[in-house]
Amino acid sequence: MFLTESFKTAFSLIVHLNAELLGIIFLSLRVSGSALVISTLIGLPLAAFLGFRKFPLKGTFVSLLNTFMGLPPVVVGLLVYLFLSRSGPLGFLALLYTPAAMIVAQSILALPIVASLSYSAIVGVDPIISQSSRTLGATPYQVSLTIMKEARFGIMSGVIAAFGRVMAEVGAILIVGGNIAGYTRVMTTTIALETDKGNFELALALGIILLSISLGINFLLHLIQKKGTIRA
Amino acid sequence: MSLALTASHVRKSYNGRPVLEDVSMSFDRHGVYVMTGTNGSGKSTFLRISALIDDADSGEIVFSSEEGILKHDIRLKRRITLVLPQIGIFNTTVFKNAAYGMNIRGVPGAETAKKVEEVLAFVGLAHKKDQNALTVSSGERQRLGIARALVIEPEILFLDEPTASIDEKNSGIVEDIIMKLKAGGKTTVIMTTHDKDQAGRLADTWLIMHEGRLIPHS
Repeated sequence: MFLTESFKTAFSLIVHLNAELLGIIFLSLRVSGSALVISTLIGLPLAAFLGFRKFPLKGTFVSLLNTFMGLPPVVVGLLVYLFLSRSGPLGFLALLYTPAAMIVAQSILALPIVASLSYSAIVGVDPIISQSSRTLGATPYQVSLTIMKEARFGIMSGVIAAFGRVMAEVGAILIVGGNIAGYTRVMTTTIALETDKGNFELALALGIILLSISLGINFLLHLIQKKGTIRA
Repeated sequence: MSLALTASHVRKSYNGRPVLEDVSMSFDRHGVYVMTGTNGSGKSTFLRISALIDDADSGEIVFSSEEGILKHDIRLKRRITLVLPQIGIFNTTVFKNAAYGMNIRGVPGAETAKKVEEVLAFVGLAHKKDQNALTVSSGERQRLGIARALVIEPEILFLDEPTASIDEKNSGIVEDIIMKLKAGGKTTVIMTTHDKDQAGRLADTWLIMHEGRLIPHS
């Protein structure tokens, strides 16, 4: 009975587009979306640099990047907190407990995923593609662009995987955002808080939405991977 | 304008094993040059060096035209092209694959579309233009590789084993394309093949690569 009632209220909150619920969803999408844009803007050129250039210790750098894909969110949250806290080196920016701090933390979490998976996609492109574009008169820059284009499905998978990770993340944003109602409270932190308070309806409603987003992301990933593996 | 190519004392080794030993040959404008030779005789290596894809260890490749001797820069590289034995197909439509060379040269869309349609019809792939190029057969893939090269109207077209991995029917179509190019008189074709009968059918000049040296077929 208790579970049924909770689910009923949760669905009612979703169906009636509860203002608080919408605000939380919107903030979550804004924070994670911004983090994704930032991590892609940095991660993609980084992946291209790693993919196309040769330099000493490149292998070590790639291994580090792969390791950072599994960065514990609470550790990232702690480090960002230390940097942004009043006595920290970036304390003068007064970003702690703001959505901006949450974006920074999530960008750090998403960056290795975007960069590492994009790098794998780029180096995974058949070398014959690069040779073919050279034979057709492409400049080195055009060859690189062609390879990036061929790697597009892998790159998109990386970006989507990173979005899935940051949307579901709770540790880092809880530490640097502070879970302030109407300001830094996002879906995951609200679920944690409301569950703690015994207010399961809102937590369930957000859980359903989070799961739906996750399902949507995975469906999109599946479509992209399917499109990217066309073969004769 | 048209290009002539002269190779002088070209040498190339891989891991200390000499592949080309002092190859010298002149390729005048137009006509079909066919190189035959055993596996590992150095045909493909010579073709790649001549097409400016790989560098020789020593020796010289000189391109000349009415303008005189040409520098090995991107402008020259855009006047020649090599079709590799394995065609690197881009994951997009047949049309966009064929249009690649014109797109990277910044040719306007309408002009590109007209030329691509024309060349796809020439190689018999017009009906497949909207199909994803990764889904075409190996013979069609080979023809697409040639179409992609022809779209840019190369003055020298290098073909490395263009019929090695395709069936008899497609092989015949590729030979027809080469014969039409020969009749057109605008493009010099320098190709390699294992098929001596094919060499006999196509060659204006038949050359044999033997132990790293290029000699005329007697």
